[in-house]
Amino acid sequence: MCAMNEDKTKQKKVRFKSLVIEGTKYRTYFTRKFENRKPRIPENPQYILSFIPGLILKVFVSNGQKVKEGQDLLVLEAMKMKNRIKSPLTGTVKAVHVKEGVKVPKGLLLIELEKE
Amino acid sequence: MPLKRKIKELQKRRQEVLLGGGEKAIEKQIAMGKLTARERIRKILDDDSFHEYDLFVEHEARDFNMDKKILHGDGVIIGTGTIYGEPVCIFAQDFTVAGGSLGMMHARKITKIMDHALKMRMPLIGINDSGGARIQEGVNSLAGYGEIFFRNTLSSGVIPQISVILGPCAGGAVYSPALTDFVFVVDKISKMFITGPEVIKTVLGEEISMEDLGGAHVHSEISGNAHFYAESEEECFEQIKKLITFIPRNNTHKPRTFETREPKNEFQIEKIVPGDPTQPYDVRDVVRAIVDDSDFFEIQEKWARNLVIGFGRMGGRTVGFVCNQPLVLAGVLDVDSSDKAARFIRYCDAFNIPIVTLVDLPGYLPGADQEHAGVIRHGAKVLYAYSEATVPKMTVILRKAYGGGYIAMSSRHLRADFVFAWPTAEIAVMGPEGAANIIFRKEISEAKDPEKMRKQKVREYKEKFANPYVAAAKGYIDSVIEPEETRKLLLHAIEVSASKAISGPKKKHGVPPF
Repeated sequence: MCAMNEDKTKQKKVRFKSLVIEGTKYRTYFTRKFENRKPRIPENPQYILSFIPGLILKVFVSNGQKVKEGQDLLVLEAMKMKNRIKSPLTGTVKAVHVKEGVKVPKGLLLIELEKE
Repeated sequence: MPLKRKIKELQKRRQEVLLGGGEKAIEKQIAMGKLTARERIRKILDDDSFHEYDLFVEHEARDFNMDKKILHGDGVIIGTGTIYGEPVCIFAQDFTVAGGSLGMMHARKITKIMDHALKMRMPLIGINDSGGARIQEGVNSLAGYGEIFFRNTLSSGVIPQISVILGPCAGGAVYSPALTDFVFVVDKISKMFITGPEVIKTVLGEEISMEDLGGAHVHSEISGNAHFYAESEEECFEQIKKLITFIPRNNTHKPRTFETREPKNEFQIEKIVPGDPTQPYDVRDVVRAIVDDSDFFEIQEKWARNLVIGFGRMGGRTVGFVCNQPLVLAGVLDVDSSDKAARFIRYCDAFNIPIVTLVDLPGYLPGADQEHAGVIRHGAKVLYAYSEATVPKMTVILRKAYGGGYIAMSSRHLRADFVFAWPTAEIAVMGPEGAANIIFRKEISEAKDPEKMRKQKVREYKEKFANPYVAAAKGYIDSVIEPEETRKLLLHAIEVSASKAISGPKKKHGVPPF
């Protein structure tokens, strides 16, 4: 009769889900985009992530090395720009996960630091 | 007989040029599953209605041995014709000629037909099938794109502009379609992106196919760049022709009127919407129950499905519909659906199309991702678009209309001309659960059985406030109506608002939250 039934047959595998808004539960379908949305990861200054995909041109630090806030850690080249990544804190380099000459995607863990 | 000879020569010249890039290139085009530019124009326009301009234009490039190359028509076909008798301007890039690449004369042909469309105040249809800028022509081809974008903007809101992506449309070229009103894409044929897979791979090291980056699916479902998706070019052409019947020739005209036809019997309005506001239904069926012949022409049907937009006719006149869709994400407003609604409202307003808004939403989609994606400024677009629109605005509140969502969806406060509500409408600052939890927090926490008390208070709130009568008592709603009466009253509203005339304060233009 109405397209509700059509939808049920067309989307046999798609089942109604619950969406809670202000305490009320609604029966509804989800979109693919909604289901694939990324959960938020809180920032951690001890983890240095690539903010853009690119090439690691230079690594200035190694494991166990003490670093000061503002000190250069590495150079990430992306979109023809050489970005100097500086240490956000004073502490020790716990691990270096990249080598010079490697291509990295966005959001990759490059260096782990430990705060003093 | 010099005259005869001269005519013969013209015929010969024509024949050569009409072949575009030659038979081999045409074979290649067909092998790619595509029609030729000429075939496309022929299939979109009424039979024998096409009149071509600038057939004999030649490029002027001299560098890189280009002076030795002949590019027929410089890779683009322009002209005028009709669709169901309605005049249109059209251009089609010819991929068989130097990959449809855009050089100076190619761009000049396009801007010529654009100028013509604007001057004659008639719709413009652009068929994009091009490898991009003609590198050999350097900055001249960039200038060409700029001239096109400028004209797209100048024509915006004056004449309807339609873009059809039937091949690659990459780099700067994508911005012409993006500036136009409606973008049509076809499965496996359309490709749109700013930077292609090759560039992404070399610069960023990420691998992605053309289809996954900017295919028809991507733009009709994820990015929202496309408005109409078709499985084949033929289906796409039918969609274009149908669209033309709904829209006016320009912003000083009204869309053509057709004979009134009653909705089909299979769409019984009272059987579609469940009384319980938490239960889903397909709002498109409500539209089908009230429009002529139950014919609803949906726009962007795959993208931001929690809000439905499209055209239908009521009493033979075109009406734009903006509806919350409880079937998907409970019909919430979010970043994408706000964008979708706002742009469509502005389209209808620019082209004298009355707007009917069907309201049933619990509010805005909660979440850090939404907040961080700017649901504030995107949501504001809806408020802006409705407030600014001066075409007749009819609102029907079907069920829930809570909080900011109530205000945004063409409420009286944004100057809706007619606000109807069904008896199932719940107009309140928020849903009963949430409201009761806040208002009766103390009573609930201090009760012997808090859960029982909570339920009781929710029920109390529901009875008192989850109805249309509080808003009706203030005049925020003009009438509470039976669902069966919806079509009749909307027809009446459209009839009596045909001569609506209002004007706001004088300004150059506003500053909408783009």
